[in-house]
Amino acid sequence: MSQKSTINAAVLAGAVAAAVSSLALAAPLSQEQVKAAMDAGKEKCFGVALKGQNDCAAGPGTTCQATSTVDYQGNAWKFVDGGTCATMELPDGRKGSPEALSRDLPS
Amino acid sequence: MQTLSKCHAETADGLDYPEGLVHGLLDPGCATPALVAGPKGKAADMRFNVYRNNVTVSLIDALAAVFPATMRITGETFFRAMARFHIRNTPPTSPLLFEYGRDFPDFIERYEHAQSMPWLADVARIERAWLDAYHAADAAVLEAGRLALIPPEQLGDLVFAAHPATRIVRSAYPAVTIFSANRASGSVGRIDATAPESALVTRPALEVEVRLLPPGADIFLGRLIAGERLGSAAATASTCCPEFDLAFAIRTMLEAGAVGAIQHGG
Repeated sequence: MSQKSTINAAVLAGAVAAAVSSLALAAPLSQEQVKAAMDAGKEKCFGVALKGQNDCAAGPGTTCQATSTVDYQGNAWKFVDGGTCATMELPDGRKGSPEALSRDLPS
Repeated sequence: MQTLSKCHAETADGLDYPEGLVHGLLDPGCATPALVAGPKGKAADMRFNVYRNNVTVSLIDALAAVFPATMRITGETFFRAMARFHIRNTPPTSPLLFEYGRDFPDFIERYEHAQSMPWLADVARIERAWLDAYHAADAAVLEAGRLALIPPEQLGDLVFAAHPATRIVRSAYPAVTIFSANRASGSVGRIDATAPESALVTRPALEVEVRLLPPGADIFLGRLIAGERLGSAAATASTCCPEFDLAFAIRTMLEAGAVGAIQHGG
């Protein structure tokens, strides 16, 4: 097939330039910015993760990440922005907590 | 592992303890292993059946957790029956439950009662890719600024490192639309799509992202991930698909974090 063929250099350069400039407008976070945001104080928050979306801890005998089995499981935590955990409003009056909770445990 | 799903015609005599215990564990038609007995040597069929049931149910639960959109489409009863058949045919080979289910999409494709939903297996493939991306190693993604610094004449020879989380799932059906509708909260509504769709699954930072790839972009990114040069991958995609939009494909690649650092060239 066209194993050896390549695309015209000017076409490729034009496409890269168009892609990069259209992205600059969208301005996504770079890897460094994401890391900086994490360093700037993400904290563990218990009882806020949807089932299967916890970052860690979901009771004995589990393999940690993504193992919570109910929404807002009290003994599973997720990284959230520092300081936002306890103020997080969840359905039916639930709140997040920096400590493990006894609510919403799997039966 | 064969002993998990099969009763042997011969007795379980020559087996060691763990092999003897799992002998016929997933098949209720097998006899209770001789080494399992109640107090005072009484038969323990009911006790063993409790254990048998726990093993099967926990594996069905694992599949339900990995494939939530698939289960939403089929309904829970259908899904759990299908999962039970799969578990008996293909028990896990790893003690880590999040590794389980890689063969499930192929099973769904062959499953007699799922033939009326030919796209179901591809939705399951996207879900399995989602979990693989979730658990993949963290790695830096190629940044747009880095690519912008490459002199134009060197662009064609660039080779990128594959990003550990990136997966491409090609489907002859609108699997990405069906996946997205059934993963979102709220009602699914009417899905009005017929075109084949390819999914790009990435995890540039903490969150898994699933995108619909435009025609040709699946070929372009698939070739790049396989280590092909940028110029050659672009040429192949253009040849295959007249409507291939190279600038949009490169933008999608950067935005999604589909590839890692520049490995050769530049």
